Amino acid sequence: MAKVSAKGVLFDPLFKNNPIALQILGICSALAVTTSLNVTMVMCLALTSVVALSNLFISVIRHQIPNSIRMIVQMVIIASLVIVVDQLLKAYAFDISKQLSVFVGLIITNCIVMGRAEAFAMQNPPHLSFLDGVGNGLGYSFILIVVATIRELLGAGKLFGYSILPVASEGGWYQPNGLLLLPPSAFFIIGLIIWALRSWKTEQIEAKDYMMAPQSRAVKEAM
Amino acid sequence: MSSNRESVGRTIIVALLVCLVCSVVVSVAAVSLKPVQVTNQLLDKQRNILQIAGLLEEGRSVEEQFEQITPRLVDLRTGEFSDAMDPLTYDQQEAARNQNLSRALEAHEDVASIRRREHYATVYMVENEEGIETLILPIHGYGLWSTLYGFIALEGDLNTIRGLGFYQHGETPGLGGEVDNPRWRELWKGNMVYTEEGEVGVQIVKGTVDGSDPRRQYKVDGLAGATLTSRGVEHLVRFWMGDTGFRSFLENLKSGEA
Repeated sequence: MAKVSAKGVLFDPLFKNNPIALQILGICSALAVTTSLNVTMVMCLALTSVVALSNLFISVIRHQIPNSIRMIVQMVIIASLVIVVDQLLKAYAFDISKQLSVFVGLIITNCIVMGRAEAFAMQNPPHLSFLDGVGNGLGYSFILIVVATIRELLGAGKLFGYSILPVASEGGWYQPNGLLLLPPSAFFIIGLIIWALRSWKTEQIEAKDYMMAPQSRAVKEAM
Repeated sequence: MSSNRESVGRTIIVALLVCLVCSVVVSVAAVSLKPVQVTNQLLDKQRNILQIAGLLEEGRSVEEQFEQITPRLVDLRTGEFSDAMDPLTYDQQEAARNQNLSRALEAHEDVASIRRREHYATVYMVENEEGIETLILPIHGYGLWSTLYGFIALEGDLNTIRGLGFYQHGETPGLGGEVDNPRWRELWKGNMVYTEEGEVGVQIVKGTVDGSDPRRQYKVDGLAGATLTSRGVEHLVRFWMGDTGFRSFLENLKSGEA
């Protein structure tokens, strides 16, 4: 049995077991909402609160949930939380909720939320589950904030909407890189982060599933 | 306790309880937050009207700026102003679903794929001493996934476009959602609606408009990767500027008979 400590569940997801960089979960929203830091921060807050609370509630009733319907029960709880978060955003952060559009609703299908419910909250006590949710939310937020900082700064010359590098079209010197405003750039940045992280923590490199088979003789001769 | 956890009765009870608790939580959130959301939507709509008309100044309260605008109700059947309802509380989206406040469109009329057209529309005017300075008309129609709701603002000549934009739609972000892109909205500015023959000339072309095109003042660049949304926008502008839309009202206004 793996040993769980409060500190471990809270901080491991940051670097050691990052949901995006190591488990490659939640990539979809990481591409979509990272063009500006404001929007990213709200998304991170929304996701973190959903993971933490869904973990908490699922853990509280984990002994009551019949095994045959556990997935759908988790889904119902997660979906309800997401709707509440979406309603709150529409009421108190209308502009940002308009920019996030469908992506708040799509937290329901974010693999991190369901993954933590199934992998952690179903087995562990509520306080640890809650911390695990917060930790994974932080891990997700960490990557998103790094990506959004790079994209907004180099793509629009701004941070949090404030001009940092004055762009050429408004009389400054900086020629913004339009690629960084497009979703594929987030792929490149996340790829670079994963590379850096795995060079630093080499134990994150996965073992090969297969060894590369040597070329068969017939093919060799044909060449 | 866990021995009978898997029984059918237990499963049903847990499912019911979870659903019940969750539905209560969701309903409470939705109902209690509704007033704040409605206020937000109204402010957003007013903000959009100001922005599309090119009147929005950042840093001043939207409500205060909106005071220069006069909302009026127009009867689309006659093309005249009407006092049948309060233009501020009249809900045009709701009216389009109401049998008594709208009429079904014939297939050949329904360019914008909206099925029913309401009898009344709220228009917004900015007036000066010489008459109308800007006229803002509500427009809507079907794009790719959703109905787009927006406004078109016309200059005092009731032909030159001052702005066009949408405040509510569900098009794909990044593709059809680019109807919100300020650069694309800017393209509409200065374009004409009606040709000299009196036809609606508005057209959205694939790619970019050729600068030497004699009809370029009617044409707007299409949105890359969103052909169907672009076509939807073209259709809805044609519909609302046409005979079933605001045309008779605009003609009445021009001749001073509205």
